[in-house]
Amino acid sequence: MYKVVKNAEEALRDIQDDMTIMLGGFGLCGIPENSIGELVRKGTKRLTCISNNAGVDGFGLGLLLETKQIKKMISSYVGENDEFERQMLSGELEVDLIPQGSLAERCRAGGAGIPAFYTPAGFGTEIAEGKEVRIYNGKPHILEEALTADFAIVKAWKGDTAGNLVYKAAARNFNPLMAMAGKITIAEVEELLPAGSLDPNEIHTPGIFVQRIFQGKKFEKRIEQRTVRKRD
Amino acid sequence: MALDKIGIAKRIAQELQNGWYVNLGIGIPTLVANYIPSGIEVEFQSENGVLGMGPFPFDGEEDADLINAGKQTITTLPGAAFFDSATSFAMIRGQHVQLTVLGAMEVSQNGDIANWKIPGKMVKGMGGAMDLVASADNIIVAMMHSNKAGESKLLINCSLPLTGVACVKKVVTELAVLSIIDGAFHLIERAPGVSVEEIIAKTEGRLIVPEFVPEMQL
Repeated sequence: MYKVVKNAEEALRDIQDDMTIMLGGFGLCGIPENSIGELVRKGTKRLTCISNNAGVDGFGLGLLLETKQIKKMISSYVGENDEFERQMLSGELEVDLIPQGSLAERCRAGGAGIPAFYTPAGFGTEIAEGKEVRIYNGKPHILEEALTADFAIVKAWKGDTAGNLVYKAAARNFNPLMAMAGKITIAEVEELLPAGSLDPNEIHTPGIFVQRIFQGKKFEKRIEQRTVRKRD
Repeated sequence: MALDKIGIAKRIAQELQNGWYVNLGIGIPTLVANYIPSGIEVEFQSENGVLGMGPFPFDGEEDADLINAGKQTITTLPGAAFFDSATSFAMIRGQHVQLTVLGAMEVSQNGDIANWKIPGKMVKGMGGAMDLVASADNIIVAMMHSNKAGESKLLINCSLPLTGVACVKKVVTELAVLSIIDGAFHLIERAPGVSVEEIIAKTEGRLIVPEFVPEMQL
């Protein structure tokens, strides 16, 4: 029960200026909406954010860009955001772009105690500049280092008081990996249940990786590209 | 006549084989899913963490938690699975995905591909493209033969920043199907009614043309 906190304010109480935080999600899918709202309210500054994307204008990490709280973004794809583009082109915002698979694996490695690994992704491109190259199985690979963060903030569908998490559909994405890589991991969940309510066979993130958990007040779950087909 | 985007997608769909796991990129590649030949069963992988992707949902049935890598709302088919991003790229890097289809701005005769960055323009990022092209055994590029300025996109060397080196095996354009072998484009098929001369004129890289070039059967 000691992991359970009342709300985002209590969960994020000691996040300070200049910290590095990981935020789960792919596009706007599976992002910790309540915690992002709390970061805006707190006004924490000069954050380094590790997140696959940077939200859109007016939602997700786009909210923290508008208030200029982000110093540096570490992401794989940052389109769909005018304010991001403006800050990047003016030099206000540092951006480190990383191939998506390498970003995921660097988070996983950070949480798994593996300081670095070799991957073929990016060999021969500008992202390989300055990185060690080794040949395995006749193919060149580059050395990529693990990522960790002061705080990892993830979003899950269901969680229990022991910190165990279950994600829904494609909202899983980077969340389980980042949950492993935070010095302190905060989980905001749609539904917080008593320990014992979730089937241990179906836990995605075991509670050992989660230090704080709370039930989000509201989940807007905005859709970035609504695509539908007509009924016949 | 040169093919339209649907024609390119239809021709690529002919490459699909039973039991394959396939990753489709954004744009023309996405259309391939609409033209799977009858009798062929494949499963589509989306690198954000979905295997067994189905068609777009009916209006009103979209789910914010169920999207593809293009952030579009989707559905799943029976037998689908969800997984995290590291597992997703384990499938890709580990060569468990049999075919990757993606778009490109440039392809070189050596199989290099450039599709993520134009110097001086807003850089959106590579997403999963670098991981996909570095690892996939079988990569087909779907693109137009020339850019909007009318310049060939099949080059001796790419001029744009690379996404991957020596990785593209096949290119399907509105004019032709070409294989990349030993540092040259090999003309395999031409679009119905398109002349070999037009393809030669619009291909800057080294092009090997056999005596007889069949028309695509669509």
